[in-house]
Amino acid sequence: MARITMREAISQALWEEMERDPKVFILGEEVGVWGGTYAVTKGFYDHFGPERVKDTPIAENAILGAAIGAALTGLRPVAELMTINFAFSAMDYVVNQAPKLRYMFGGQFTVPLVIRAVGGGGRQLGATHSQTPDAVFAHFPGLKVVSPGTPEDAKGLLKSAIRSDDPVLFLEHATMYQVRGEVPEGEYLIPIGKSKVQRPGRDVTIVTYAKGLELSLKAADELAKAGIEVEIVDLRTLRPLDMEPVLESFKKTNRAVIVEEGWKSYGVGAEVSTRIYEEAFDYADAPILRVAQKEVPLPYNRTLEQAALPQVPDIVAAVKEVLK
Amino acid sequence: MDKQKLLQMYYEMVLIRRVEERGAELYQAGKIGGFMHLYIGQEAVSTGLIAAREPRDRVITAYRDHGVAINCGISANEVMAELLGKVTGTSKGKGGSMHMASVEKNMWGGHAIVGGHLPIAAGLALGDQYAGNDNVTICMFGDGATNIGYFHEALNVSVAWNLRVLWVCENNQYGMGTAVKRASAVDEIRQKAEGYGMKNARVDGMDVLAVYQAAKDAIDYVRRESKPFLLEAVTYRFRGHSMGDPERYRSQEEVKKWQDNDPIGIFRAALLKQGDVTAAELDELERRAEEETQKAVEFAEASPEPGMEELFADVYAEN
Repeated sequence: MARITMREAISQALWEEMERDPKVFILGEEVGVWGGTYAVTKGFYDHFGPERVKDTPIAENAILGAAIGAALTGLRPVAELMTINFAFSAMDYVVNQAPKLRYMFGGQFTVPLVIRAVGGGGRQLGATHSQTPDAVFAHFPGLKVVSPGTPEDAKGLLKSAIRSDDPVLFLEHATMYQVRGEVPEGEYLIPIGKSKVQRPGRDVTIVTYAKGLELSLKAADELAKAGIEVEIVDLRTLRPLDMEPVLESFKKTNRAVIVEEGWKSYGVGAEVSTRIYEEAFDYADAPILRVAQKEVPLPYNRTLEQAALPQVPDIVAAVKEVLK
Repeated sequence: MDKQKLLQMYYEMVLIRRVEERGAELYQAGKIGGFMHLYIGQEAVSTGLIAAREPRDRVITAYRDHGVAINCGISANEVMAELLGKVTGTSKGKGGSMHMASVEKNMWGGHAIVGGHLPIAAGLALGDQYAGNDNVTICMFGDGATNIGYFHEALNVSVAWNLRVLWVCENNQYGMGTAVKRASAVDEIRQKAEGYGMKNARVDGMDVLAVYQAAKDAIDYVRRESKPFLLEAVTYRFRGHSMGDPERYRSQEEVKKWQDNDPIGIFRAALLKQGDVTAAELDELERRAEEETQKAVEFAEASPEPGMEELFADVYAEN
């Protein structure tokens, strides 16, 4: 096992897949000469050349439209959106084209596309650059939505996404690139659409993913000091959603807290909690609680921004609440 | 051009006309649902254009796609079956009038978001560039699509990346009911290419031979130079924008004037004038087109509906 950062894990996945398959190429804003605005593709341009690490104009429709067209010809593009917020400029391709072409043309078309995008708040970038709109994208059948919370998962899931014949939106969190974790040596894949217990426990189930995992693990350490053992289920993939480990855990603990960074209304927590109620209502000993972002556009001011984002104490409090 | 090819083009134009006339009847009878946009009046554009391509050249178009589908070699049977929502249709009855395609015939749809397929066309050409071949992607769209942002982004990268795309604007004078003059900064759409430093031309879209020649020249240029080209074909749709169009935006005199300029009539006269084609030969082609259309209707009517297993099929390639 090697201990590497999330950035290194994502970079390794891209590098290995490009070495393995000449049909894989990267396109996006500043992915080449610049080396990636988050330095994920540093060194790629010199090694793979301008055709396989393609700099684009700042034109999201051109990036995603071209990526879809190239995918239709049998290539495996990895299109990078500098941030998920820019997906809104090209929403048509993310939710209306890539996920529908196969179905709408009776299975004739295959769109082996990965869209990598950075999201999340906490960097004082103001309201339009700080969103965590994951649930919006997870709404659409035909798209797969992946959002890892550990370097190991990031690497294994991104490699699976690149090999997938379906369009995959791969969401990375802007404040997690320095997160370190153990990664297996050598080649490995992690399947899309499988949730995972990241920390076992008996008292309360926390369902979360991505940044929420980082926060929940910290909350779990704190709660353990008070003798409360939480079990953390990491969704890893939002669509298709794997509820099995969630339900299994809930049937054991009978209590759950859902932690997500996006807004609570119509969010991941709304979906997951409803599914628990639908499929395991009789096991519930307390109402399921959600920890999520306050219902405001994220402000620039650091204190206000942090107040709007979910924090470790919010999770600790919610867990204690469901145990009352 | 050899006689056989000319007759084939004539046959296709008549076949498109007949298929759509029957389609309109079936629509009125409630057998076709959704939106249906007829190509009647514009047949010379796609017929001339597609006749000029090589089979390896990709074609992608907007939602007014029945004619293009037939020109690309998709059978009248499959077109009619798709209109009727049958499993034997081009898209198994799941796409409808606006979403006809055939990977086998190198026809990549049938796209119904105005302008949305232009960046995808750039991507098809990018795929060919990456593969190192000199295939041309022919991307057709209406005048209305040149006013939306996709048009700009797609044309811009096609020049910046030296993509082999032939952009073909079918200027039928109206984006739905809004005249070009009321919606576009310039009346001549080809002028928009100038801002990208892109070569361009304007052709009479009612004259199939003129379209063929212009397309041939443009395709040769795109293939040879590895640069995009914008071809504007000036045409007119004889029917409404779609089946539910009250047509308040244009006069009957205007429609009549264009109908007198019917592309099939023009081509027929040109062929007869040329000397080695007889009226009897053309009449026979018209009879055959009528027959093929009738058979297509029978085929579509007799075809099964997609089964419930199709409801969940092809959402994903893999599970």
